[in-house]
Amino acid sequence: MNDNLVNLIINALKELGEQQELELPADPNAETPLFGENGVLDSMGLVTLVVGVEQAIEDDFGASVTLADAKAMSQKNSPYRTIGSLAEYAGKLIAEEKGNG
Amino acid sequence: MDKPVTLITGTRKGIGQYLAQRFAGQGHRVIGCSRGDVDWDLDGYQHFTADVADEKQVKKIFSTIRKDYGRLDNLINNAGVASMNHSLLTPMATVNQVMNTNLAGTFLFCREAAKAMKGRNYGRIVNFTTVAVAYKLEGEAAYVASKAAVLSLTQVLAREFAEFGITVNAVGPVPIETDLIRAVPEDKIQQLLERQAIRRFGRFEDVANVIEFYLRRESDFITGQNLYLGGV
Repeated sequence: MNDNLVNLIINALKELGEQQELELPADPNAETPLFGENGVLDSMGLVTLVVGVEQAIEDDFGASVTLADAKAMSQKNSPYRTIGSLAEYAGKLIAEEKGNG
Repeated sequence: MDKPVTLITGTRKGIGQYLAQRFAGQGHRVIGCSRGDVDWDLDGYQHFTADVADEKQVKKIFSTIRKDYGRLDNLINNAGVASMNHSLLTPMATVNQVMNTNLAGTFLFCREAAKAMKGRNYGRIVNFTTVAVAYKLEGEAAYVASKAAVLSLTQVLAREFAEFGITVNAVGPVPIETDLIRAVPEDKIQQLLERQAIRRFGRFEDVANVIEFYLRRESDFITGQNLYLGGV
């Protein structure tokens, strides 16, 4: 599931990049920093990406999750650090959502 | 189809029901919710049974709005509960319930509505405060505190959502003859009305008038405001 989620986030990021004319790496991958140190997004960009990813997850996975996190703006343990960490976090929430049926 | 989509919470009765009927009558596609089912029917109205503070149930409403309507223009956070009691006699269960419905429910709907609205860079959110906040009304500590929090929330969200083209405002009614004040003794209500510049009960129309003003497209430069009725 994580590979699918990584791709989903990459697509959402590319879409955002086009809308907001962001300078993105040519080939974003799981290690690409999103927010925080060397991150490609500012806080508003992060907000917009997260909303886009939530909607894409609902469309593709049929799961309604809220990618909110109290550690969002802290540097070290935030799930928004990289594409990979966001995919992992989203995967966990989707599994919980599906588990609760 | 350019009919606005308007979501109203707490539509089973009272002001919420009135607003649903009024906006549907004006051609809005109205979506409403309440903890129980509604015993009335209306063209252009869709009802959800949901607790406004239940994140899962609320997400489901917004998921349906996104899929079936594809847009959200207006959110009216009308759902609310009151508790009339001296603070020393108020159980924690009451405090939690009042805070959950009035504050957490409003927060949750604002958050999800902004997600639904920001794509079109347009939205109108109206929250409900009360003149009891201005009065610092004794005997309703939990209710007043929850509504003061709604006022602060309105002011902060106005700033956070401004760049998405979303305005966030509030209306603060005076006592209106609804279930919310049914249990309040008559002399107490009379004393409250005496504190208004215009000393009469509020009417549903008074509340709707303020909301319609906030919802107007031309009101795009008005945000973070709270309007008390009755000259309070």
